[in-house]
Amino acid sequence: MSEKQEPKKKGASEILLEEINGKSSGGSSSRRKLGQTLAIPVLAIFSGLVLGAIIIAVTSEGVYTAWAQSPLAAFGAAWEEVRIAYTALFTGSIGDPARIIAALQSGDSLEIRRAFNPFLESLVASTPYIFGSLAVALGFRAGLFNIGVEGQLFIGAIFAAFVGYSITGLPAIIHIPLAILAGALGGAIWGFIPGWLKVKTGGHEVINTIMLNFIAFRISDWLLSGPMRRPDSFNPVSPTIQESAMLPRFFESPIRFHLGFFLALVAAWLVYWLLFRTKWGFDLRSVGANPNAARYAGMSILGTTVLAMSLSGALAGLAGTNEVLGLNHNLAMAFSSGYGFDSIALALLGKSHPLGVVLAALLFGTLRNGATRMMVVAQVPIDIITVLQALILVFIAAPAIIRTIYRLREPEAEEEGVTIRGWGGD
Amino acid sequence: MEPVLELRGITKRFPGVLANDQIDLTLNEGEIHALLGENGAGKTTLMNILYGLYQPDEGEVIVRGKKVEIHDPGDAIAEGIGMVHQHFMLIPVFTVTENVMLGEESLHTGNFLDRATASQRITKISQQFHLEVDPDVYVQDIAVGVQQRVEIIKLLYRNADILIFDEPTAVLTPQEADELFKIMHSLTEQGKSIIFITHKLREVLDVADRISVLRRWKMVGTTTPKKASKSKLAEMMVGREVKLGVEKNPPKVGDAVLNVNDLVVLNDRKQVAVDGISIEVHAGEILGIAGVQGNGQTELVESITGLRPPQEGTIHFLEDEITQATPREITELGAAHVPEDRQRDGLILPFPVADNLVLNTYYLPPFTQGVIMQQEAIVESAVERINEFDIRTPSPQTPAGSLSGGNQQKLIVAREFSRPIKLLIASQPTRGLDVGSIEFIHGRILEKRDEGVAVLLVSPELDEIMALSDRIAVMYRGKIVDTMPGGKATKEQIGLLMAGIEQDQEAAPKK
Repeated sequence: MSEKQEPKKKGASEILLEEINGKSSGGSSSRRKLGQTLAIPVLAIFSGLVLGAIIIAVTSEGVYTAWAQSPLAAFGAAWEEVRIAYTALFTGSIGDPARIIAALQSGDSLEIRRAFNPFLESLVASTPYIFGSLAVALGFRAGLFNIGVEGQLFIGAIFAAFVGYSITGLPAIIHIPLAILAGALGGAIWGFIPGWLKVKTGGHEVINTIMLNFIAFRISDWLLSGPMRRPDSFNPVSPTIQESAMLPRFFESPIRFHLGFFLALVAAWLVYWLLFRTKWGFDLRSVGANPNAARYAGMSILGTTVLAMSLSGALAGLAGTNEVLGLNHNLAMAFSSGYGFDSIALALLGKSHPLGVVLAALLFGTLRNGATRMMVVAQVPIDIITVLQALILVFIAAPAIIRTIYRLREPEAEEEGVTIRGWGGD
Repeated sequence: MEPVLELRGITKRFPGVLANDQIDLTLNEGEIHALLGENGAGKTTLMNILYGLYQPDEGEVIVRGKKVEIHDPGDAIAEGIGMVHQHFMLIPVFTVTENVMLGEESLHTGNFLDRATASQRITKISQQFHLEVDPDVYVQDIAVGVQQRVEIIKLLYRNADILIFDEPTAVLTPQEADELFKIMHSLTEQGKSIIFITHKLREVLDVADRISVLRRWKMVGTTTPKKASKSKLAEMMVGREVKLGVEKNPPKVGDAVLNVNDLVVLNDRKQVAVDGISIEVHAGEILGIAGVQGNGQTELVESITGLRPPQEGTIHFLEDEITQATPREITELGAAHVPEDRQRDGLILPFPVADNLVLNTYYLPPFTQGVIMQQEAIVESAVERINEFDIRTPSPQTPAGSLSGGNQQKLIVAREFSRPIKLLIASQPTRGLDVGSIEFIHGRILEKRDEGVAVLLVSPELDEIMALSDRIAVMYRGKIVDTMPGGKATKEQIGLLMAGIEQDQEAAPKK
């Protein structure tokens, strides 16, 4: 396992063992394993882009018009169509290389910031994905399927928004952490409930988190149509949070890149540390990988389940908190466009490893951010990105397809990764 | 006479490992050919090749003089090759007939199942081979030995005449095993041919016509029961001389360590599985619990180890009452538990060997300081354990799941035996292991007993119980039917008790 620290020096016996077995555990084999781990996601993304291109071409009117002239013209038109669309996707999400170079050469700081803005916007778009998919991944590691991230996200956002606008006169150094903690707490409560229900009554967390999602949405709607509605507004929007609760932005408007992205990275590191460095993480992973053996070894399944669901909820709450404190500065009805649900897919894509999850979240944030420009420039509907994302996920979820297309070898041993127990569970 | 089945130069490689190396095997018509070998010797791979689950890299399979290619179990059945698996593939809520009909399309008339014809044929097959199976009973209502015969009928129904039996006696009482051997003979008398996979030397010598031994992926040789002896076969399997009998010092029995009183435990279906059992295990002795699997042994062990709170009764461990204690409390008092199902309860297969070696001590120093796990200390201790207990693993970071069964068991033994313990509960400690590993684990258990540890040994393997135990208790339907000193008991006596037959009821047991 790559995340395990290698012992500093090999004991003589270990070297002997390696000789007996004619195998070395280090070096090339771990590099090969890394390659195997990355091969599927990379090829899945590639295949998704190829299929996406075909869909763009097939759904384009221009291609059909050209078909009337000759198949070759149609092929050319399709190529052109896809080229424009993917170029727009790239410049919209990463930036226009020519513009970046020109800006750097001119030395005009405003121009430089603008040139880099698409990239920074992608990071902004990725941030809630990072929090959300960390939440799902943590659940997976403990053998729990938290579908309630979206609901926990709303409850977290409500808590954070309330602390953000209702408390006045605090310095930012206190107000921001307080609002963040409130958001995490809100999510944690919403995660604790299904965890506790599972332990006490055996109610399956999949059902209960889905139900709690509905309750959370309606609570949010009710609060925004009454108790939490901005007094001077007829829209279902909460008051704007105090400036002291806003996450600092690093550049002048309109660049929205804010502290939340770095907080998400810290959260990812903390989750990694918790899972792989602490005894709690060992409990959690053991319960997730084999609850029978965990019980045999004296671990508390009940405590671990409740803890894992609460922590997962807290991370989900942070996803909502991030949007409120960093981006919107208020709570609006239905402000989340399904981050919590996409996060389930991202946790799978990232193999429930914090690093993988961060990379997956960056990919989706980038695709989503670039999609807007693709729609404007190439008139390719934004939905094509949803299709693309879905295709990538299908390939990830069914790696046999990728292995067959690209003739990859089966992995040698079942790797430690996502573990979801079936419905009949334990 | 032409052999009915011939394997020539079968070689199978898995990435980085050789699993079968140039194996030749011939099976004559009407013979029982035993295939003997340690776990990991390549028996299962060879049979899976024959059964179409793997393709050989080299070599050929010749059935009745014709070279064949077997790509899946369907091809195997078409060639008349069938396998009785160690774990039965039966649906409990279906009748025997329905189980036999599964997947046999010819039994359908249009969209309807033709149960009557099938049932008649089953009765005929049953009579022909003396199987005594009623086609209309539900599988869940019949004994394990009979279920196995249903598996045999499934093959005969599909006209298999080369039958592979994979460790068929693992789940049977000695009497049921004898029944099975009779059936095997009646099958071969009527022209069927049998490959009999096992690691039990006694059975091989009793039943087989010829014996082939595999060691380290190679065929060591073929012999006959007349020419071979137990010790010679063991030597062929392991590659060195093996002590077959266990040498025991006389026990130095001390005070009672474990005290179980009128214990009643329910199983998962809320039925009484342990029905008022009282036992006492003393320091320095081994109490063996014999019995056919499923007579409450599992539940007894689970309640003593804290995994299944008992309904009634008390359990004391030295001065402490542990009736309602948690597994961790019991472990911390100095109990060790080798669980019955090592993969289900004893190991976390995707986790590294090193982590599995600290599965119940990981939270204590030096493995954890504060809340941080000390990877270095864990690996260091793992390297020691690996050496001391001769666990064959490429590295401490290898997932436990990629070790062989014997090495997985050694891993558990290493973990449980290297703590200071006063009570050892070993449930089927050598299940599915080879001669070499059994010798090793038995030796370690006796060592612990000589150190003054109280040992509760639970095993359906009569040989194991008789070899190790200082006292033997026989369990049948949740009760201890008799307890006797280890040295005096005979196999027949215990076998009858295991089958629930009181000795005075059956004056002259038939042999």
